[in-house]
Amino acid sequence: MAQSSTLGDKVYRTILFAAATSILLIVAAVFYMMVQSSIPTLQRFGIGFLWASEWNPSQELFGALPFIYGTVVSSILALLIAVPISLGIAIFLVEQAPKKIAKPIAFMIELLAAIPSVVYGLWGIFVLAPFIRTYLGPVLQDNLGFLPFFQGRLTGIGMLTGGIILAIMITPIITAVVRDVLEAVPNTQREAALALGATKWETTMIVLGNAASGIAGAVVLGLGRAVGETMAVTMVIGNSPQITASLFEPAYTIASVLAANFADATDELYLSALIEMALVLFLVTVVINGLAKLLIMSVAGRANASKHT
Amino acid sequence: MNIKRNFFKRLGTLALAGFAAVSLACSGQQMGGSNGTTSSSGTIKVAGTGSTFVKPMMDKWGSEFGKLNPNIQIDYSGTGSGAGIKGIQNRTVDFGGSDAAMSDDEMKQTTGGEIVHLPVVLGAVVLTYNLPDVKEPLKLTPELISDIYLGKIRKWNDPKLKAENANLNLPDSDITPVFRADGSGTSDIITDYLSKTVPEWKEKVGRTKNPQLPQGIGIGAKGNEGVMGQVKNTPNTIGYVELTFAKANNLPAAQIKNKAGNFVTADSSTVSKAAAAFTDKMADDLRFEITNADGPEAYPISGTVFMLVYKDQQDAVKGKALVDFLWWAINDGEKFVVDLHYAPLPDTLVQKVDAKLLSITSGGKPLRQ
Repeated sequence: MAQSSTLGDKVYRTILFAAATSILLIVAAVFYMMVQSSIPTLQRFGIGFLWASEWNPSQELFGALPFIYGTVVSSILALLIAVPISLGIAIFLVEQAPKKIAKPIAFMIELLAAIPSVVYGLWGIFVLAPFIRTYLGPVLQDNLGFLPFFQGRLTGIGMLTGGIILAIMITPIITAVVRDVLEAVPNTQREAALALGATKWETTMIVLGNAASGIAGAVVLGLGRAVGETMAVTMVIGNSPQITASLFEPAYTIASVLAANFADATDELYLSALIEMALVLFLVTVVINGLAKLLIMSVAGRANASKHT
Repeated sequence: MNIKRNFFKRLGTLALAGFAAVSLACSGQQMGGSNGTTSSSGTIKVAGTGSTFVKPMMDKWGSEFGKLNPNIQIDYSGTGSGAGIKGIQNRTVDFGGSDAAMSDDEMKQTTGGEIVHLPVVLGAVVLTYNLPDVKEPLKLTPELISDIYLGKIRKWNDPKLKAENANLNLPDSDITPVFRADGSGTSDIITDYLSKTVPEWKEKVGRTKNPQLPQGIGIGAKGNEGVMGQVKNTPNTIGYVELTFAKANNLPAAQIKNKAGNFVTADSSTVSKAAAAFTDKMADDLRFEITNADGPEAYPISGTVFMLVYKDQQDAVKGKALVDFLWWAINDGEKFVVDLHYAPLPDTLVQKVDAKLLSITSGGKPLRQ
């Protein structure tokens, strides 16, 4: 490649470089600002903030554990529901469905992804919560009531409703990405597998194996949205900071407590506690992203190794 | 493989950027209500934020006042009393609205000097409930409210509830109390009332904008609208909201046993009677509450909404518009108060507020003579 030294190329390169570094600067600025603003609680409670479970702003007691618990459990619940469904949809669209059906379904999925979260929240209050209260909840209690997850008062508002709403919200994202990933797998692989006498099922397994890293990425994207989702969850999760095994009981997530209280936290320590909570959310996201990168690297590495043997 | 990996790298970066943008937006100290400005077309915009309790009233007053003064636009956003106090402290708005008077500490943390408390309207906090088969109003004592919110009464057919409500067919179902998850003046009014009347409440929860109930007692919701939504859509719930919100949603309001021992329904007249009982003992800075009032017909969980305004206004034009608006609201805007189920200030209190309005200045000059 010939070295170009024209002024235009230099300007072009500088602009691109500036655009790329702005991301780093934004992340650094956000991180700095959050640490800076959470110094009062960092000094007062130290690391114990993370596992203290008492939350009472009027008595200056701030513990993040119930919120971390609520965020993690609701997100895991969402993934447990959304991942199998999304994989099913994406495999169907790419491997099985005729174009005539695949097109409209794909369009509907993209439509779902574009619905604002407050609409999901309203739907949660008006449709999902009553459904869980009158149909799903009693069925679960009658059949699986011996498990601690399905005991307690059934109001339709709580962890389970929050998890299901999240699952519905992240399904389109996971589906769309997995579909793109599967489509990127070369058709020659499918043809080779079929030519060797593999069934449709076996062929799909081979395709999935090769797309594993991409699928993992899709799941992480979904998890990222679930962890940070605010409005819809606030409307259905019950906003009560507690840690219980029951999925019917109200819970509270980090994003929800920020949304509900940030505007009116007049007290410095209270504000600082909320910002430290935002910092925790930020770090959780960083850890999730990091784990995903490791996962993708290990899967990709294995795939490469197997190719060479 | 390479294309795919790049794709995810890009996606990852995008996701990170999105997250960063959101966190940046969240962590900014500014709040919703923007500073009102005088626009080029000559419209004077005055912005306020705060109490959701008074939001319907402010909207009505704002639009009626706008009809009389087309060049003045009053914008009020309902963000919660805590946000109203924070907004006026940081001057992100021209006035704040709060159901609770500011504390001495809060008064010190202002960026524009002395703040004047201007009561504009009275309201009632009612206990509303979702019991489809109960047609007659529920009767509650402060002890019963406290027991329900502390989790000591967990069933609607609890003997203690039945003792006061023998005529009602209370169901054998769990009670789900709904409370405010955000800092709220409505919470402040009801916890103030319960602290005055129930020693156990005072000891366990106390008077606060952020009441913390025993674990697992109920559902938290944001704003009067949020509590309303949960109560309306969930059978066997009980929640506390401003009377207007219950009326607008056709939900019942419990009768509350007052200091004189009578069960009283919340309406404009019973709330006004609660305020009337206090006018003699009111502090000069008008920071007061009217819960648990004397008088046979006084509704005990009544509250005042304060507009929080700097005594010395930075902008004379906007300051004048604000003072004129508030003057009009308490002197002439009274006729809209009862329609919205609030209660007007007693005449003696109106005179005191008028005097406060006359004391507001800009650059040392009074804004209204």
